[in-house]
Amino acid sequence: MVGGIQSVSQLTSWLAQGRTLFFTIHILGITCFAYIVARRLAPLVRAERDPRFDRLFERAGRVLKFWLGQWKHPRYKTAGILHVLIFSGFILLALRAFTVLIVGVSPNFAMPGLSGEAGRVYETVTDYAATVVFLCMIFAIVRRLVFKPARYAVPARYGKAHTADAVFLLVLIAILMVADSLFEGAKAAAYAQEGAVTLATVGSLPWLFKTALASGSAATIGRLYFAGYLLHEITFYFLLCYRPFGIQFHVETSLFNVYFAKLDKGTLKPVRWGVTDDHLDQLKYFGVKRFEDFTWKHMLDFYSCADCGRCSDNCPANAVGRPLSPRFLSIKARDYAFRHYPMLGRSSDGQPLIGAIYSEDEIWSCTTCGACEEECPLLVEYIDKIVDLRRGMVEDGNVPQSLQKALKASESRGNPYGKMEKKRGDWANARSFQQICQVRTLDKKNGANTLFFVDSITSYDERMQSIGRATAKILEHAGEDFGILGGMEKDSGHEVRRFGEETLFAAVREHNANAIKASGATRIVTADPHAYNALKHDYTGVPPVEHISQFIARELNSGKIKFKPIENSGKVYAYHDPCYLGRHNLVYDEPRAVLDAIPGLKRVEMKRSRDRSFCCGGGGLMMFYEPKEEQRMGVKRVQMAAEAGANVIVTACPFCMANIEDAIKVAGLEGEMAAIDLAELADQQIVRQSPPAEPGRAIEIQPEFVVGR
Amino acid sequence: MMPRIFTYVVHKAGAIDDSAAELAAAARKIDPIASPTALVAGWGRHLDAVCAALRPYYAEVWKIAGENFSHPNAEWIRKALVKVLPPGSIVLVPHDHFGIDLSPGLSIKLNAAYVSDVLGIKGVEANDLKVVRQEFGGQISAHVRCDISSGAVVTIRPGAFEPLDSSPAEGVIIDKSCAVGTISAGRRYLQTLLAEAGDVDITKHEVLVSIGRGIQDKENVAIAEELAEALGAAVSCSRPVVDAKWLEKSRQVGSSGKTVQPKVYLACGISGAFQHLAGIKGKPFIVAINKNPRAPIFQVADVGIVDDILEFLPELTHKVREARGLPAK
Amino acid sequence: MEILVCVRRVPDTSENEISLNRAGNDIERDELVYSINEADNYAVEEALQIVAKAGGNVTVVTVGGEDDEEVLRREMAMGAKQGVLLTDSSFDGSDGRCIAAILKAFVQMGNYDLILTGVQAEDGAAQVGGMLAAMLDYPFASVVNGIEVLDDRKLVISREVEGGNKEINETDLPCVLSIQTGINEPRYVGMRGIRAVASVPIQTYGAEELRLDAGHVGAAAAKVKRLDYFVAEVGGGAEMLDGDREQNVEKLVELLAAKGGLK
Repeated sequence: MVGGIQSVSQLTSWLAQGRTLFFTIHILGITCFAYIVARRLAPLVRAERDPRFDRLFERAGRVLKFWLGQWKHPRYKTAGILHVLIFSGFILLALRAFTVLIVGVSPNFAMPGLSGEAGRVYETVTDYAATVVFLCMIFAIVRRLVFKPARYAVPARYGKAHTADAVFLLVLIAILMVADSLFEGAKAAAYAQEGAVTLATVGSLPWLFKTALASGSAATIGRLYFAGYLLHEITFYFLLCYRPFGIQFHVETSLFNVYFAKLDKGTLKPVRWGVTDDHLDQLKYFGVKRFEDFTWKHMLDFYSCADCGRCSDNCPANAVGRPLSPRFLSIKARDYAFRHYPMLGRSSDGQPLIGAIYSEDEIWSCTTCGACEEECPLLVEYIDKIVDLRRGMVEDGNVPQSLQKALKASESRGNPYGKMEKKRGDWANARSFQQICQVRTLDKKNGANTLFFVDSITSYDERMQSIGRATAKILEHAGEDFGILGGMEKDSGHEVRRFGEETLFAAVREHNANAIKASGATRIVTADPHAYNALKHDYTGVPPVEHISQFIARELNSGKIKFKPIENSGKVYAYHDPCYLGRHNLVYDEPRAVLDAIPGLKRVEMKRSRDRSFCCGGGGLMMFYEPKEEQRMGVKRVQMAAEAGANVIVTACPFCMANIEDAIKVAGLEGEMAAIDLAELADQQIVRQSPPAEPGRAIEIQPEFVVGR
Repeated sequence: MMPRIFTYVVHKAGAIDDSAAELAAAARKIDPIASPTALVAGWGRHLDAVCAALRPYYAEVWKIAGENFSHPNAEWIRKALVKVLPPGSIVLVPHDHFGIDLSPGLSIKLNAAYVSDVLGIKGVEANDLKVVRQEFGGQISAHVRCDISSGAVVTIRPGAFEPLDSSPAEGVIIDKSCAVGTISAGRRYLQTLLAEAGDVDITKHEVLVSIGRGIQDKENVAIAEELAEALGAAVSCSRPVVDAKWLEKSRQVGSSGKTVQPKVYLACGISGAFQHLAGIKGKPFIVAINKNPRAPIFQVADVGIVDDILEFLPELTHKVREARGLPAK
Repeated sequence: MEILVCVRRVPDTSENEISLNRAGNDIERDELVYSINEADNYAVEEALQIVAKAGGNVTVVTVGGEDDEEVLRREMAMGAKQGVLLTDSSFDGSDGRCIAAILKAFVQMGNYDLILTGVQAEDGAAQVGGMLAAMLDYPFASVVNGIEVLDDRKLVISREVEGGNKEINETDLPCVLSIQTGINEPRYVGMRGIRAVASVPIQTYGAEELRLDAGHVGAAAAKVKRLDYFVAEVGGGAEMLDGDREQNVEKLVELLAAKGGLK
C-alpha cells in the first residue's frame, strides 16, 4: 500500500486495488443469489395454478397501501414503528447501497439523477437513515433478548426458539449499516484532511466515523475505507444469499406477496382453479394432501412469513390452547419446502402433510374467524389453506366422528341436527306466533319480494328461534313483503364447505338456489352472518343479501323504524362483532348505529372490537367439533365484556349467541352478565303504532318463546 | 302338549345370576303348570355349589360338567346342549353377553324358532308363543308370535320378570355330563382382561348422579360433578358418555360397564336403553330427568321430570346445598 | 383375506322420530331417513382395516330390494370392493332364520375367510350372525370389540363382557363374528365418494341363482312374526313431577331426603 494520501484520487486508488476482488464478489454473490432464488422457485413451478394476474390497478393500489405504506404495521405500536423505520430506511438506502457496490468496480459511478445537489441531499438523508436503521437494530436486539415479547416465543412442540437466528440477522444488518457508515465516514475523513467540507450530517453514524478518523493517518483511513467497503460488500451479499434461508426472505418476497394477495374477502378458493363445477369429478382428488397440492401463491406465503407472531397472537384457537398456531402453519410448511427442495441434491415430494408436519386436530381447530389474515402485515392467507387441507382429509375419510354425524345429518336431513325437514318452518308457524306476525312460506305459487333466509340453527334451536321471530317481526313492522322457505330451505352449507365437504356443499347450494329462485324473491335478508356470507360469496346467481342489522339501520334512516327509550338503565351494553359480519364483510357500523339509535342505551366498546373482535368459538359445524382446549373462546370473550364494564353482550349471530350464553354459565357469571341478539333488542324497542293482534300483550319477547337450552 | 321348558343358568364363582330365578318365573308364564328344568354347565366345586343353589327354584337341575366348561364358552356349551336337550324343547336364556353368543346358533342346531330380548310373555295359543319385545332402542314396543311347534330358544331381558320366589321343596340334580360325549369347537377361551380401575369406584356409592348424552358436552360434566359433590355422591354415566371420552370407562353403568346397586340413582339426560339399565341391580330409587317426555327411562323410574338437565341440575345443586346447610358456592 | 360383511339398511335412530302411524299398526314410515345399521358400519371399517394390513378384499352383502342398494354403495365408497344384493319376491316376510339361510346360500357360492355382521340392528334381535355361523358350522363370537389376525387360519378376538371386561378368545378361520360399536373409528364417506361409485354394478342374485328352496324363505317359512307395534304407557313407572322448575326441585329434594339421598 502506498502511504500518505495527497489527493482524493489516492483514496480512490485504495479501492482500485481491490477491484478484481470486488468484482469477483459481485459475480459470486449475484450467481449464488440467482441460483438460490431459482431453487426456491422450483416448487412453485410445480405447484397448482393460481390466477392472480388480473386487476392490476387494484393490486398495485394494495402494494402502495400495504407494502409501501406499511399499513398494518402500526397495529402493534412498538414493533410497527420500528419496522416502518427500518423499512423506510431500507427503501431510502437501496440506491445508496447499489451505488456503493458499483463504485468498487467503477469508481466514478453515480446514480443517474443523484449527482450534484440531488446527490448531496440524498446523501444527507441516507446518512441519517443508516443511523436510524442501526439504532433500530440495537433496539430490536435488546427487545428480543431482554424484553422478549410473548408472541415471539416458540412453544416446545414447535422446536427451539428462533431468537438466535433473529438476533443473528439483526446483527448482520447492523454490521451492514456500520460498514456503510465506516466507508462513507472514512471517505469524508480523507476529504476533510484535504480541506474539503463534506458530511455535515452531525450525529449520524458516518459522521461519527468521520470525526473519529479525523486525525487518523492517511494509511489508517485508507485501510478502513477499504475495509468498510469490503465489509459492506461481503455483508450485503451474505445477507442477500442468506435471506432466502429463513424468515428474512420476506424482504424479497413481500412486494410480490402483497401484489398477488387475495382481493376478495369472505370468498373461498375453489377446489381447483380453472376447473368448473361440472368437471370436478374428473379430478383425482380434492384438497391438499401433499405440499405440491398447494398453489404457487400459497407456497409464496410460506416463504414470506416473517415469523412476527401477530397472527397467532390474535388467533382465538391459539389463545384457548388448541393445537393451532397459524404462524407455525407457515413456518412448518416453509421448513418442509426447504427440506424437500434443497439447494443441493434432488427434490423429494409426496409426503402427506397431515402426519408429516400437521396434525389433524391442528387443522380442525380453526374457526375460520380470519383474525390471522386481518393481522398479517404481509397479507399471508390462511383460511384457504386450512379449507384445502380439510378437503384432503375429507377425501381420505379422516373426519372426527362428531363431525361425521353432523355432516351425515346435513346430507340426509338438510341440517346438522338431524331434525325433520318438514319441521324447519315450525318456529314461524306456531299458532301463537302467527297471531302476532304472519310469516308466509314461499314457493313457486306463493312468492314474495324479500326472502328471510333463516338457516338451520335459528330454525331448529329453541333458544335461537326467538331470533327468527324477532327478525320476522321487524320485517313485518317495516312493511316488507317477505316470507321464508320453510321445509324447502336447507342449511346454507357455509361450514359444510369450510370443513372441506365441497360436494355436499354443492348439493345443498344447488337445492337452496333453486328454492330461492322459485320464491321469486329479489332480495334476501338474514339474521345469520354465516348464511349471509354464504349467500353473498359462496352462492352465485342469487339475489343480493343483507344482514338484519343493515336492514334495521336503513329503516331507521327512512323513519320506518323508531325506537323507544331503553328501560332498566343499569344496563351497559357491549357489542360483539361476529366474525362473519364484521371482519369478513366489513359490517361494523350498522349494528352500532342501531344500538346508538336506542335512546338511553349505554354502550361501551370492548378493547378487541371491529376487525380485532375475538371469535366466540365458531359457528355451524364447529359447534359439533370436540376440540382439545384449555378454555372456551366464549369464556374469554365474556370476560372481555366484563372488563369493558358491560353487563349485557349484544350479538348479531345465533352462533355467537349460543357460545356466549353457554360461556356466561361456564364462567359463572349468570345473573351478572346477559346476552341479547341485536334483532331481539331492536324488536323489543320498536315503537309500534298499532297494538299487536292480541290486546294487552306487551311488546317484549314473551318468555314462553324462549325455552331454556 | 306343551313342550318341555328348560332354562339356562348363568353363574360365576359358584353363585347364580339373578336371571336364574327370573327365567324360572318367565317359564311359568309360558307353562303355568309344569316346572322348568335348569341347565347348568361348568366344572368343579363351583358347579356343585350352583346346582345346590338352584334347588329351591327348580324341580329338576341338569348338571353338565366338563373341563371345557370351566369358563362359559358358548361355542362349547352349545354343542353340549344340543346333545343333551330333547327335541322340541323350549329353552330360555338370559339376554346378556353370553346369551346372545349362545342362543341364535343353538336355535339353528335344535331346528327351533328363535326370539330374543323378550320382556313380556302373553301366553301360548295353539302352536304360537306370543311375546312382547321392543325395537328402536326402546322407543317402540311390539307383539311377536313365535311358532314353537318344533321348539324355541327364547332370550329373556334381565330384570323384565320378577324373580320366582324360592320354595322349600328341593329340586333334583341330574348329572347329564356323560350324554355330552366328545365335542370340539373352533373357538378357544384364552383369558379375561379386567377393565381398568378408575379413580372412583361407582359400585361402592349409595347415591349416583348418572349422566347420559343429554349432558351434551365435556365441560358440562362439571354440572353433574357439582351436584354429586353436594349430595356426597359419585358421578357415573351411560355408554355414549364414555364413547365420547367425556368420562372414563370405569364410570360406565351398564351391561358392558359396571353393575351398581345404589340406594338412589339419578338418571340425568339418559334415555334408558336396556343395556344401561341392565347395570342397575337391586331396587334403587330412580329419578329420571330428561328433555324428552317419551324417553324409555320414564318407564322404569320412580320419579320423572321433563326438563333440560343443564338448567335443572344447577338449581337442584343449589337447593341440595341449602337443605344440607352447606355454604353456597 | 376375503371378508364378507353382512349389512342392513335401517331407519337411522338419531335422525328420525320413531312413532306409531295413524292406523296404529306400524311405525310412521313417511319421511324416515335410512342409513346403514351403525354396528354394520363399524364391521365394514374393521374389515377394511384388516385387509389394509393383511391384503384381500371386502365384499358387502344385504338381503332386500332396490332401496337397499344405496347402503351397499356407501360401503363401496368407503372401500368395499364389491356390493351384493340378494333379492327375490319370495324373500318377503322372512324372519331372521330365513335371512340367515339366504346369506348362507350366498356364502357357499364364494370362498370367504371371515364373515362379519353388526352385533344387532334396530330390532335388537342380534341373531343373524349366530344363526349363519351355525348353519355354516363355522365358529362364532358375538359382541367383538377387537380383532387381531394371527395368520391366515386363526384370529385372536376380544369380546365385550360384563363389567367392561374383555374376554380374549382364539378362533379358527373361517368364522363369523358380530361386531360391537366402538371397535374402531369409521372413516367418513363423503358425497363425492358415493358419487364415484354411483355406476359401479352391484351383483344381484335371486332365489334361483342361490338355489334356495321356497320352504326356507319368506313368510311361509318364517317362524317368528311381528304382529304389531304399540307404545307402552309413557311414564308408566314414574311419578312425573309437573310443577315449574323451582317446584320440581323442591319436591325432588324432599323425596331425596326421604329416600336417604341426602345424608
